[in-house]
Amino acid sequence: MRSDAPQSEALTPAAPVAKSRWVWPRTFLLLLLLLSAIVFGTGLGSVNIAPGEVLGALWRGLASQFTGAELISNDVIVWQIRLPRVVMGVLVGASLSVCGGAFQGVFRNPLADPYLLGVASGSALGATLAIVLDWPRALIPVSALVLALLSVAVTLSLAREGRRFPPTRLILAGVVVGSVLSAATTALILRGEDRARQVLAYTLGDLGFSGWRDVLTVLPYAALGCGVLLLLARALDTLQLGDLTARSLGVPVERLRLIVVIAASVATAGAVAYVGIIGFIGLIVPHMVRLAFGASHRILLPLSALLGGALLVYADLLARTSPLSQVGIVTTLLGGPFFLWLLRREKEI
Amino acid sequence: MRWGGQGGKESQGPELLAHSAPLSDTLEAQNLHVHAGTFPAVRGVNARFDVGTFSAVIGPNGAGKSTLLRALLGLNKPESGEVCLFGRPLGKWSRPERSRALAYLAQTEGLPDATKVRDVVALGRGAGDWRFGLLPTRPWTDDDDAAVDSALDRTDTRRFEARKVAELSGGERQRVALARALAGEPRFLLLDEPTNHLDLAYALEVIRYLRCEVAGGLGVVAVLHDLNLAARADWLLLLHQGQVLAAGPPETVLTPENLLAAYGVRVSVLSHGNKLIVLPED
Repeated sequence: MRSDAPQSEALTPAAPVAKSRWVWPRTFLLLLLLLSAIVFGTGLGSVNIAPGEVLGALWRGLASQFTGAELISNDVIVWQIRLPRVVMGVLVGASLSVCGGAFQGVFRNPLADPYLLGVASGSALGATLAIVLDWPRALIPVSALVLALLSVAVTLSLAREGRRFPPTRLILAGVVVGSVLSAATTALILRGEDRARQVLAYTLGDLGFSGWRDVLTVLPYAALGCGVLLLLARALDTLQLGDLTARSLGVPVERLRLIVVIAASVATAGAVAYVGIIGFIGLIVPHMVRLAFGASHRILLPLSALLGGALLVYADLLARTSPLSQVGIVTTLLGGPFFLWLLRREKEI
Repeated sequence: MRWGGQGGKESQGPELLAHSAPLSDTLEAQNLHVHAGTFPAVRGVNARFDVGTFSAVIGPNGAGKSTLLRALLGLNKPESGEVCLFGRPLGKWSRPERSRALAYLAQTEGLPDATKVRDVVALGRGAGDWRFGLLPTRPWTDDDDAAVDSALDRTDTRRFEARKVAELSGGERQRVALARALAGEPRFLLLDEPTNHLDLAYALEVIRYLRCEVAGGLGVVAVLHDLNLAARADWLLLLHQGQVLAAGPPETVLTPENLLAAYGVRVSVLSHGNKLIVLPED
């Protein structure tokens, strides 16, 4: 066995999966879905813009970045208002789905979602704190981000057992931290009742405030977190054989678990800090991909990113154009029943 | 007590040849003490397992069989004493080296239901040469495919390599798990109750597959509960309360006196052809 192979080959997918004839057609299908989501998500709204014109506007917007040409009429709507919102949807949907898939894999638990270890409740508390104490608007996501990461750190330290992080203890600690923080959030809301509506809007998730600056702020968290998770796909596959077997095969299980938890928390915290807590996407998208395309993480994680990105943009489109008003309501309202249907249909998940 | 060890291939790395201890194709426990949690499950075990030999570890529930097995694999850290692989302490082996030489088949191997058989077996190629054990550092090669093919063939699982694990019967699953363990081309295979939950035919089948591997030079160490299956091993280690009660070929270990001492049950040991049969008296 060679161990001196250049590292550039590290990303080459191992053969037994890549051999499957269906991987590329399916990836292509999901890419089309994502593209259609971007075109429709950008085109539809209070002013409807035809797909052809959307593509033209995207092109002119891109070109104007280099030529400095002024954008006019619908191009401004597409490039400055709708596109950042759509791109944010793709980023957040992809991050939550990849993190959900990785969590389900690392905890070998189909009910795991990216909020398992307290990211959501930490984020909610941070945002509520900033809103109730009337901090500047720009500080809301910062406060949410800091408290989200802090709450995961607390969960990790509560679950720690020597140098190990047993999955059951992690899940239990996550539940406890989540409950305590939610109670604190509720207490804060009751003290600042006049702002309850604003807090509620945040906790339900909303892509509406996203500008290019927000997109660029979320991007590094998403890229870093998801990038690390995608690299760990084969180690996650091996972990599915059980902790002891994975260790006997040379996978440092405790290190893997810690890295996955940290990477997923960074990506999730970055996402929810800017758009609020969007439910269910991170839970159901990996299940959908697993059923349709296979359970190997080398397929599951990248395809979850594509499907999650597309679905969240469509959900946001529905939220904008219907009385459901907020994307978090759409994902939970539609995602919940869908998940139940999936459970009844597939006894094996 | 050394018995039945045909020296395997002399293919150790140069660092091993330089080692002062004489080269031996053995996995050895030297005065091994291991805790399971806080309970001293293994208390001063000396044992020696050879490549090309089918060894079975027997003993009543709680005798420390599984704990011993995990310590031999380096998955449990001993309180004191040492495990030596090829004459070199296990702690001196790197994690990748160790994981290539020693394969483990857990009591309840968690085969992922939604994964195809071939993909499961391919996982057995292991993380031995990965960076940090987490990042594959080389592409999948024809050698890997050949090893997977060979493991599938040797366990007669090739026929359903494209099926999902969820669609398999218990016996088929266990063969897939065995193929997974063999795919890494280990020198020793340590199995924790591989015949559990299997009917007589499947249990014998597993033993037969293991026998073939042993003939090919693999060292097998299996924890077995069924004494009549264990009687088919080359060498037995009888554990009782974390200590070795008897070790040796089946005819010296499977005696009424030893079994009464270990299990507290009166038995007769009959000889049928060249096989031993353990028959409880009660």
